[in-house]
Amino acid sequence: MFDLTGKSALVTGASGGIGAEIARTLHAAGATVGLSGTRVEPLEALAADLGSRAHVLPCNLSNPEEVEGLVKRAAEAMGAVDILVNNAGITRDGLAMRMSDEDWQAVIDVNLTAPFRLCRAAIRGMMKARWGRIVNISSVVGRAGNAGQANYAASKGGLVAMSKSLAEEVASRGITVNCVAPGFIETAMTEKLNDQQRATILASVPAGRMGTPQEIAAAVLYLASMEAAYVTGATLHVNGGMDMV
Amino acid sequence: MSDIADRVKKIVVEHLGVEADKVTESASFIDDLGADSLDTVELVMAFEEEFGIEIPDDAAETIQTFGDAVKFISEAA
Repeated sequence: MFDLTGKSALVTGASGGIGAEIARTLHAAGATVGLSGTRVEPLEALAADLGSRAHVLPCNLSNPEEVEGLVKRAAEAMGAVDILVNNAGITRDGLAMRMSDEDWQAVIDVNLTAPFRLCRAAIRGMMKARWGRIVNISSVVGRAGNAGQANYAASKGGLVAMSKSLAEEVASRGITVNCVAPGFIETAMTEKLNDQQRATILASVPAGRMGTPQEIAAAVLYLASMEAAYVTGATLHVNGGMDMV
Repeated sequence: MSDIADRVKKIVVEHLGVEADKVTESASFIDDLGADSLDTVELVMAFEEEFGIEIPDDAAETIQTFGDAVKFISEAA
């Protein structure tokens, strides 16, 4: 249904479970994809698996210079950045009273400041093209909060407010800015949970199961499509009913 | 008309989609040429690219008319 032939998409965190699936899904819809991440090996493996229309663009999002250069490198490799998916994220969990300034800042830098810089850089080309799609990956905790994740929740809630502000600024130029807010998804990040944590979480999910990376990627694909042109400043919650907004 | 003025006019005409003869010395981008605030940011960025200069925000705010733009760029380029 959704055709992205001729469009180029930059996906950060493409070495992770959700990011890789987003890249696969956009690629399957016809897009050329720029795979960004810190770990080169999984990016190379994904690019090899996808075959053509895939470019590996390593980038450490905690390094401001690398972030500033990423959109330019992506545009050089792919010809343009029509679609930007800010998916990369880190956690440094801990109760607020014991949270160090470093752990606070590291999460804000990678999860919120880097996406802002990438949006700022990408919007330039999108303004000229009079078309663009930005999808920022937020989280259920960005709306609901979560004990032990003051930094992560702040960064994810911040993404939503930032996206709404940008959406208003650039709507007249055919550029949309939206968020997808995943609930609990089966990835390396949630694999670290023990059985009891897992059971507690599932008890709060009406769907009775964790989501899959494919279910997040499908939401991103929709927001990146031509068909979603009238959707902007929105957050699509994909959480099995765990947090109904 | 100077080379700089010609190049500035070309950018303004292309970007705002206005007739070249409307782009006079005193023509205000917003009041006379129909630009919105985003257009003015785009124009400044286009000038920066075309002339290889940097236009700081406080200077950009003073560039209201075509004449202002030509004057600023002539001094900066």
